[in-house]
Amino acid sequence: MISKNLLYIACLAGLGGGRAAAQATVYPAPPQQKPVVLTNAVIHVGNGQVIDHGSIAFAAGKITAVGAGVQGEAGAQVIDLKGQHVYPGIIAPATELGLTEVAAVRATNDYEETGELNPSVRAIVAYNTDSKVINTLRSNGILLAQTAPEGGLLSGTSSVVQLDAWNWEDAAYKADGGQHFFMPKLLPSSDPFRAAQQTPANDRVKEGLKKIEQVRTFFREAQAYISEKKHTETNLKFEALRPLFAREQKLFVHCNLVKEMLLAIDFAKEFGFEVVIVGGADSWMIADLLKQHHIAVILAQPHNLPVMQDDDVDQPYKTAAQLQKAGVLFCLSNEGFWQQRNLMFEAGTASAYGLSKEEALSAITLNTAKILGVDQRTGSLEPGKDANIAVSAGDILDMKSSKVTHAFIQGREVNLDDKHKQLYERYKYKYGLK
Amino acid sequence: MDQPSFHVSGAGALYRRAPVPTRIRSMRIKLICLLLGGLLAGSYARAQVTFPVNGVADPREGCYAFTHATIIKEAGSVLQDATLVIRDGRIVSAGTGAAIPQDAVVIDCRGKYIYPSFVDIYSDYGTELVKKSGRGYRSPPQFLSNTKGAFGWNQAIKSEVQAADIFKTDEKKAKTLRQAGFGTVLTHQQDGIARGTGALVTLADDRENKVMVQEQAAALYSFDKGSSTQNYPGSLMGAIALLRQTYLDAQWYKGRPAKEGINLSLQSWNDQQSLPQLFEAEDKWDVLRADKIGDEFGVQYIIKAHGNEYQRMPEMAATKASFILPLDFPQAVDVEDPNDARFVALSDLKEWELAPTEPAAFEKAGIPFCLTAAGMKDVKQFLGNVRKAIDYGLSEQKALDALTKAPAAFIKASDKVGTLDAGKLANFLITSGPLFEDSTILFQNWVQGQRYTINEEGWTDIRGTYTLTLTPGATYTLLVQGKPAAPSLSLVQQKDTLKGSIALDDKLVRLAFPPARGSARTLRLSGVLSGNAWSGNGLDTSGQPVKWNAVFAKAYTPKPDTAKKKTSPELGKVYYPFNGYGWESLPKQQDILVRNATVWTNEQEGKLENTDVLIRNGKIAQVGKNLPAGSARVIDGTGKHLTPGIIDEHSHIAITRGVNEGTQSVTSEVRIADVLNPDDVNIYRQLSGGVTSSHLLHGSANTIGGQTQLIKLRWGADAEALKFAGWDPFIKFALGENVKQSNWGESQRSRFPQTRMGVEQVLTDAFTRARDYEKKGAGKRRDLELDALVEILNHKRFITCHSYVQSEINMLLHVADTFGFTVNTFTHILEGYKVADKMKKHGAGASTFSDWWAYKMEVQDAIPYNASIMQRVGLTVAINSDDAEMARRLNQEAAKSVKYGDMAEEDALKMVTLNPAKLLHVADRVGSIKPGKDADVVLWSDHPLSIYAKAEKTIVDGIVYFDREHDQELRQRIAAERNRLIQKMLGEKKKGAPVKKATPTREILWNCEDMQSGHQRTLINDSDEL
Repeated sequence: MISKNLLYIACLAGLGGGRAAAQATVYPAPPQQKPVVLTNAVIHVGNGQVIDHGSIAFAAGKITAVGAGVQGEAGAQVIDLKGQHVYPGIIAPATELGLTEVAAVRATNDYEETGELNPSVRAIVAYNTDSKVINTLRSNGILLAQTAPEGGLLSGTSSVVQLDAWNWEDAAYKADGGQHFFMPKLLPSSDPFRAAQQTPANDRVKEGLKKIEQVRTFFREAQAYISEKKHTETNLKFEALRPLFAREQKLFVHCNLVKEMLLAIDFAKEFGFEVVIVGGADSWMIADLLKQHHIAVILAQPHNLPVMQDDDVDQPYKTAAQLQKAGVLFCLSNEGFWQQRNLMFEAGTASAYGLSKEEALSAITLNTAKILGVDQRTGSLEPGKDANIAVSAGDILDMKSSKVTHAFIQGREVNLDDKHKQLYERYKYKYGLK
Repeated sequence: MDQPSFHVSGAGALYRRAPVPTRIRSMRIKLICLLLGGLLAGSYARAQVTFPVNGVADPREGCYAFTHATIIKEAGSVLQDATLVIRDGRIVSAGTGAAIPQDAVVIDCRGKYIYPSFVDIYSDYGTELVKKSGRGYRSPPQFLSNTKGAFGWNQAIKSEVQAADIFKTDEKKAKTLRQAGFGTVLTHQQDGIARGTGALVTLADDRENKVMVQEQAAALYSFDKGSSTQNYPGSLMGAIALLRQTYLDAQWYKGRPAKEGINLSLQSWNDQQSLPQLFEAEDKWDVLRADKIGDEFGVQYIIKAHGNEYQRMPEMAATKASFILPLDFPQAVDVEDPNDARFVALSDLKEWELAPTEPAAFEKAGIPFCLTAAGMKDVKQFLGNVRKAIDYGLSEQKALDALTKAPAAFIKASDKVGTLDAGKLANFLITSGPLFEDSTILFQNWVQGQRYTINEEGWTDIRGTYTLTLTPGATYTLLVQGKPAAPSLSLVQQKDTLKGSIALDDKLVRLAFPPARGSARTLRLSGVLSGNAWSGNGLDTSGQPVKWNAVFAKAYTPKPDTAKKKTSPELGKVYYPFNGYGWESLPKQQDILVRNATVWTNEQEGKLENTDVLIRNGKIAQVGKNLPAGSARVIDGTGKHLTPGIIDEHSHIAITRGVNEGTQSVTSEVRIADVLNPDDVNIYRQLSGGVTSSHLLHGSANTIGGQTQLIKLRWGADAEALKFAGWDPFIKFALGENVKQSNWGESQRSRFPQTRMGVEQVLTDAFTRARDYEKKGAGKRRDLELDALVEILNHKRFITCHSYVQSEINMLLHVADTFGFTVNTFTHILEGYKVADKMKKHGAGASTFSDWWAYKMEVQDAIPYNASIMQRVGLTVAINSDDAEMARRLNQEAAKSVKYGDMAEEDALKMVTLNPAKLLHVADRVGSIKPGKDADVVLWSDHPLSIYAKAEKTIVDGIVYFDREHDQELRQRIAAERNRLIQKMLGEKKKGAPVKKATPTREILWNCEDMQSGHQRTLINDSDEL
């Protein structure tokens, strides 16, 4: 079945060269030439709306029409989806994708620079479009990602990339949209031995607060620097923060516990930053406060164990529903890079534990686009937006039916082949399996 | 004594001007009550025959008679108005009609109580280890002991250490212990797994030769390798294996095997076996682990408990052991900041509340025990904590017994200490009243006939009515009231009552009071107390000298005690297991009829709609339509799905202190069965995901890892009851990057193997040794490592092998073929799809991840189609977790093979139910829904492969261990109980009780590659440690 699909796709996309035989010959698709209409589909718009027998038309990379009675332009390529489901391309909001290839092999790791304050460091320039991981994501419907640096306190800027590109310049969807602040964990050591040894001098919480103050001071000095036009010496670190102070960038604060999030809110207040919390394991405890201060949350990985042994066993599964109920703008995330191909299942679980299916979909599409500042261009299937579209044979959030048959990025039909499918074919061949 | 200058001679010593040690200084003050006329016990060292005397000899017998005392010879034996006579540091007699020797110094103890001094048999007094900095995690490996000499191979076996050899008196520590009431301790160097022997010593301030009363009083053990810098053992199960092997080796060494040469560690071990054997447990489950080893080798340990044993009393009773119970009760936590209190688990809060019930629980259970001050930061709190234990239900009689007679009996020292019987050491306490009353003061602790003052105030009760006459001046009636140790003064003159002050210092007294009512001036008197007649001089309010005397007129009559009687504290319940989600009483098996569900049988019938399943006596009784319920509990399954329980072939939950004994390449002697942790909340969490059995594996840090254990998730059961009875034993092997230490850092470059080539050699060598070993005749050293390998060769133990790439899989198949055994299961096996044909030919099964890859080099060709290909080639394929979180979604992981590879749904479900049952040789018991099989089933809210499915009820052996409705009740109970305890702690803080900083309750999660401290995935654990 897979090979049949691949042939089909290859023809559709006008690759002409026949089936891709290796990872290296899975080519990025050329710009959309002809208008396309996907018909006879269940269209999940991404904003909560579902069109049962709908069509979606796109041309020159943009969605032109979505609805029940949509007709394609003359000469449009019509694809009858026979009841399949159409979704906005899924967006992974925080990942090292393209910045690493094999986690345990240091030489492949490019996501963590040395030093504590690196706001001028840019993830986009290290983003490897030829990572073999990328194709395994888009063949599951993940079509965009915010690739982000890690480590230190201020680790640099992240960029949103689309996952079908020759190089990072092609890939950049929104470059340098976020600064990343890894807030120290404000929790005493749980090691009983260490806790017993704890003195004010090595108190981890105090240590953490000191580091946070260091970041605050850095921002204050940057602010002062920026308000003066003339400088005899250029400070690249401060220069790098201009977009943040101009609110052209967001501050992504990576933290999980309540005290840390309270301080993140305080950063928003003091500096007027647009703050997004990344992690937010305990965000359910202060959902109303987050809402009140317009703090968005990239909620990390519902597929996780509860923070504490006394917590509800399904707490991580239902946190999303609690944020939704409180009206917090949030999206769902997954840890790591290769793991992003399971992002839709994180949403599936959030749906099993309180979100509606369409809310869960928004949490990996439209909400994500809003939080990353790309919702004018993607995140939902609405006219005028980029045609970033994933088609699944069944409910994409449920692994028993989630099978992506087509994907389009900016209207370009993406080759859904990947290394895994190729190895699958290779060994089916070996064993004579169909 | 350390300073010869205090080897004084005669009464004149009192007046020496030499620097006086504090102890002696405090004793002088005691003259008032002792009427000794200048002779001080304790200020001379009793003669020791071989030691020359510098000066004039001072032989003394130290005969004393303590008269008119209430003497408690031992718990339950109270003598009123009795006399205790001691001589030469020993008790001569204790009784009511005892004759007082002519040469006895008589001490009037009217109103006072005399008890045996306490005995602590778990002490490191005078043998404390000087801590040296150990090796770091990054140090290169150390394979053999660093102990110099003809000792054993393992540095943690320190049988050769004799406390008697290293013991040094330490007056500072001795004093602290004496002040807490102790007279004798069994001390040992608290270091290592075998710690050698302990010595019984008194706490007298005397030469080592005199205070040591028994050189070898016990042999001591623990599971803690202590200061050993050697890598092995690196885990609790390794420590247990080492103990077992040492028992065997010591037995073998009795035959003086020539090849071994001299092994002083084993020699000492053997020499010590006739002594009382003491074992330190670090946890209630450690108690059972220790007892089990004891049972294996015919040893009944006396067990030093941890303090949380009250959580499992039936198991404690079953050990038949005697216990040494610590009293270092946990402090209240500072929970004022709710964001800090959040990280303190209910189990910790409850432990704070319930720990003081431990001694009472042992008494109630009829288990012999004694008490120890071990672990207490402040020994001064010891008696207070005994009193607390009494408030929490311990009887006073038992408390006294546990402080005196019981510990002496445990170490067979009843002839020396523990009671006040003639012939025993003169170790006793003189107190102001019954020992366990809060107001009672310890006055003196006599050790080996030497007096040590604890509190001097109040020894003489001067309270009463006196007639005070001033010359010149008036006559007053003097009322001395208050407490004996802090008397108060008032005077009556005609109808006026005047408030004054009184202070005593030795026999000197001073009085100050206004001469008349309303006077702002103060009259000051100073004098001496000579029995009942006081006299002295002073100055009146105008500064004129006066003489005075006061004559005793009437005794003091205490006011009736109006203090509120203590009420026993209100306490929460013990949960089984001791976790917020534990049971108040263990759940019972019930007959259950699940009605009208979609039943996934995993049998030929396949998936049956609208079907009933009857569970009786823990087994599936019937599958069919419209079954009669009888007395069974009916569960409506309409719209729901019933499947066999999920079986996780690869799990590391519920394991204590180390999942890897990765310190050697072959550790087939270690057993996960030894280190189960029934309290792990992940058992409950897995149940919430429909898991009913987990195969707990050793990690993958070495080629031949440890023996595994299959458990059923019987939440609340103890370790033995968790075990899946009657299964075929398995062992974990591992290949590839972990065993060749590819990702362990630059310092780990010396353990063989460092390549896949070497891995083959490790295997070939191990099995060759095992084969040779098996052939050896009588008298061979029994080797637990090789025993396990012989079992593999004889098809009595089966392998599950962590593996990734095709070359290594192929290699192991060849090794197995050469030695004539079958590799039962390849686990992880992410390149199994490349060699599925070879695995099939060999007869191996596969247990894999659904879609993990890219986390290290050897998984770069891992594909999510792996399970599907292997299954289609004809292997028995399971999907496993290796992860406490993913384990509760294994049904979804199986469903990924429907997505990747188009596997049929029923086949996909089998990958987490029937197939792992087959791989584990228990498919005749579990894995499908078939009459006669164990009732291990899950009722799902939805299609079991769907992400929307929730396990509503998880049933093991017909017992509902997880029920989503009951879970809701537990959440409320947790919230209520947390709040109750937090409020209680806040109350403690308000009352001024010391509180400790809130630190997060630790949760350890293991996965394959963990060495020392778990897989730190949870937020609360330290991320900055290895």
